[in-house]
Amino acid sequence: MSDLSKQISAQIQQAADQNSAVRIQGGNSKAFYSRALDGSLDLVDVSGHTGVVNYEPTELVLTARAGTTIQELSETLGEKNQHLAFDPPVLGGLATIGGTLASGFSGPCRPYLGSIRDHVLGTHIVNGNGDYLRFGGEVMKNVAGYDIARLMAGAMGTLGVIMQVSLKVLPKPQKEATLCFELAQGDALSMMRELGDSPIPVSGACFDNGRVYVRLSGSEVGVASASKTLGGETMSDGEAVWISLREFSHAFFDTELPIWRLSLPTQACPDLSGETLIDWGGQQWWLRSDAPIKEIQFAAAKAGGHATLFKGGDRSGEVFHPLSDTMMQLHENVRLSFDPKRILNPGAQYPS
Amino acid sequence: MNSPLVSESLDPAVFRQLHIDLAGILDRPNLLSESEEVTPYECDGLSAYRQRPMLVALPEDIDQLIAVVKTCHRHKVPIVARGAGTGLSGGALPLSNGVLLVLAKFNQILSIDQKGRTATVQPGVRNLAISEAVDQYGLYYAPDPSSQIACSIGGNVAENSGGVHCLKYGLTVHNILQLKVVTVTGELVTIGSKALDSPGFDLLALMTGSEGMLGIVVEVVVKLLPKPTHTSLVLAAFDSVEAAGHAVGGVISAGIIPAGLEMMDNFAIRATEDFAQCGYPIDAEAILLCEVDGTEDEALAQVDQVTAVMKHFRATEVRIAADEAERLLFWKGRKMAFPAMGRISADYYCIDGTIPRSQLPHVLNKMEEWSKEFDLRVANVFHAGDGNLHPLILFDANIPGELERTEEFAGKILDLCIEVGGTITGEHGVGIEKINQMCNQFSTTEIDQFHALKAAFDPNTLLNPGKAIPTLQRCAEHGAMHVHNGELPFPELERF
Ligand SMILES: Cc1cc2nc3c(=O)[nH]c(=O)nc-3n(C[C@H](O)[C@H](O)[C@H](O)COP(=O)(O)OP(=O)(O)OC[C@H]3O[C@@H](n4cnc5c(N)ncnc54)[C@H](O)[C@@H]3O)c2cc1C
Repeated sequence: MSDLSKQISAQIQQAADQNSAVRIQGGNSKAFYSRALDGSLDLVDVSGHTGVVNYEPTELVLTARAGTTIQELSETLGEKNQHLAFDPPVLGGLATIGGTLASGFSGPCRPYLGSIRDHVLGTHIVNGNGDYLRFGGEVMKNVAGYDIARLMAGAMGTLGVIMQVSLKVLPKPQKEATLCFELAQGDALSMMRELGDSPIPVSGACFDNGRVYVRLSGSEVGVASASKTLGGETMSDGEAVWISLREFSHAFFDTELPIWRLSLPTQACPDLSGETLIDWGGQQWWLRSDAPIKEIQFAAAKAGGHATLFKGGDRSGEVFHPLSDTMMQLHENVRLSFDPKRILNPGAQYPS
Repeated sequence: MNSPLVSESLDPAVFRQLHIDLAGILDRPNLLSESEEVTPYECDGLSAYRQRPMLVALPEDIDQLIAVVKTCHRHKVPIVARGAGTGLSGGALPLSNGVLLVLAKFNQILSIDQKGRTATVQPGVRNLAISEAVDQYGLYYAPDPSSQIACSIGGNVAENSGGVHCLKYGLTVHNILQLKVVTVTGELVTIGSKALDSPGFDLLALMTGSEGMLGIVVEVVVKLLPKPTHTSLVLAAFDSVEAAGHAVGGVISAGIIPAGLEMMDNFAIRATEDFAQCGYPIDAEAILLCEVDGTEDEALAQVDQVTAVMKHFRATEVRIAADEAERLLFWKGRKMAFPAMGRISADYYCIDGTIPRSQLPHVLNKMEEWSKEFDLRVANVFHAGDGNLHPLILFDANIPGELERTEEFAGKILDLCIEVGGTITGEHGVGIEKINQMCNQFSTTEIDQFHALKAAFDPNTLLNPGKAIPTLQRCAEHGAMHVHNGELPFPELERF
């Protein structure tokens, strides 16, 4: 537990004064995800800025410094039978809450229980001028000022060094169960879509190699009655399926090929060449493929979504889906409003 | 009261040209300029502030709207967007030198994707109309502000509105997927998509709650949810507000996330019971309405749990709505609370501060104390589950000084909300009403950052200028007012 707010603000102030760019790092567990940063840039190391600042179980709120690991948060919450409902990757205990927010990572429950951005209540950041700023707060509803706290989600550190995060936390479900069904892809997509047509407590649905896995989380009675309605085979080690997806430790991710992540509307069926693993009830497709970037981006866009070069491939090229000219201009304006000298993680998201 | 916004008057020559240009875009009935035509638009739901707009434009389609925006941009004339005008913070208060852009004609549900569980709607569509239109598919749109019969989805996006069910189902920001927005220069951009995330910054979150300051929302794709198969409502009565406050924490600690958890104090109970005859226990100091939903088994199990918690926290009476009719009757009182207040008082002023739940007893006690000091009655009816207070201060604007005293009282409550770790507004927005309190909640560098972000979208400050984010000059003046509190024109208050 240590507070580096002063040091980090001072470091950014100095970098701004000297017009020298910096790269921001938490646990360094997601370096594979960003566009390549110039390794010679000065490092802003947030991993030492740690500690749970406030946790009040009856408020369903937890506030932690950005360098606190997801693992530590899960343990702290677990003691009170609560959890981070967006179920972020732990990545060998290295992932920090700041890095998780900057990357916008959420687990398999994303379509059902929301993403990290949905659970963020407030953030403290240091912007590109070195100003320490607080947005949002620790209450469930807050519309004072623009929602800068949520804007940090997925911004890849280009809008500020995330220093502190307040999150909505939830009680752990009483009961979980994973059901398995053998289905062809088309039927699998329909089935996963239909899960959302009735209010059953689904918290995960994926399609892997001819099988649909469905996770249920809720009250004893809720899970029992949903299991009965859905049928299928109840798995004894169901948890392993979800951990392997959340941690990218599933065999699918063990490859030399570039790994793509396609985010798509419900029941989209993009035209792809390469092996796929489908999560988020059909809304997140993992693809292993060395097909040309444009081809994959085109297929994703045609299906109404977008493609990210998640891991591997050319990290100095296009990693995130290209934006329209108007949107790119808007992004640049937004970025400059936080970081007028473009010193924070330049190029981590789009070429600087 | 007139508008607290001071705006420079427009050069008459520019006005004439603007009028001519807009008349070339809009049919005569859709461009209003005569005093009697524009007067109906002089205020929103916060009627204490009024200002007649210079012109009212009611475009009928996106092309017209874009042309109007481009014309205003060319003439550097400010634009204030208006949905249904039910906002409670003066967000849609017009400008004497600006165009009020009314979205009322954008009232079509464009498409419903039953399988994808989304609806694409124009911004002027009423919140409730969406749920009504998709009811046939067993779906609904979750955020349900009490004003849902009237308020528009565009206004909901602009305010990030909540409702009685947002404890479990989230706010507007959690329930929309995509927006089409016209920028201040008249460009149409799509923000978000039907997928669960989009490349780049989360501008969807940023636009939500931005009070018409960053762009004009012209289309919204909302998420739809399946209707719960079973819903039950528990009504618990308590002999003190404090006990009810503790029971709220008790429900959450028990691991229950109710669909809704609302509190009313004795004053509010009596007033609504008089008005709506919904069978509330009028002798209770406070009641909690706790709704649970899900499959039948789930809901029934939760009712038992909630009942046990309420009893544990010394509820004097626990009632479970016997059937759907009684459930709706119990809710009717809650939903009629505002009009009920309107009946017993000439005016009321609704506050929207949000606090950590554990502070509920402290803050409620403090308000009771101040109510005596200021000699103004306060009724409490609010979203207890998420700590979102809605004290209603009753006053009579015709009694000289009452509005000012009310505003001072309200300001004190908001400052207390900040002090206990909360915020000045949970869902109604800052608008013009809480603009001074923004100076108390945020530092000058934070306010600078807000302005810089605004300039990224609107460098000439033409969209809803003067709202939501105070100028630093305004904060300096407000700070000065605070220091000289004792010299403000209510010396009588000092005696208490
Ligand atoms: C009796 C009553 C009960 C209420 N209950 C609740 C409640 O439970 N929860 C809650 O959250 N609110 C509540 N409200 C407040 C209000 O209804 C909401 O803020 C609502 O979202 C406003 O919608 P509107 O269409 O009336 O917007 P308006 O009042 O017309 O405008 C509100 C703001 O949005 C901007 N705006 C409107 N449309 C657009 C657009 N298309 N593009 C960009 N900006 C736009 C305006 O400029 C303004 O700043 C209540 C109000 C009343 C009168």
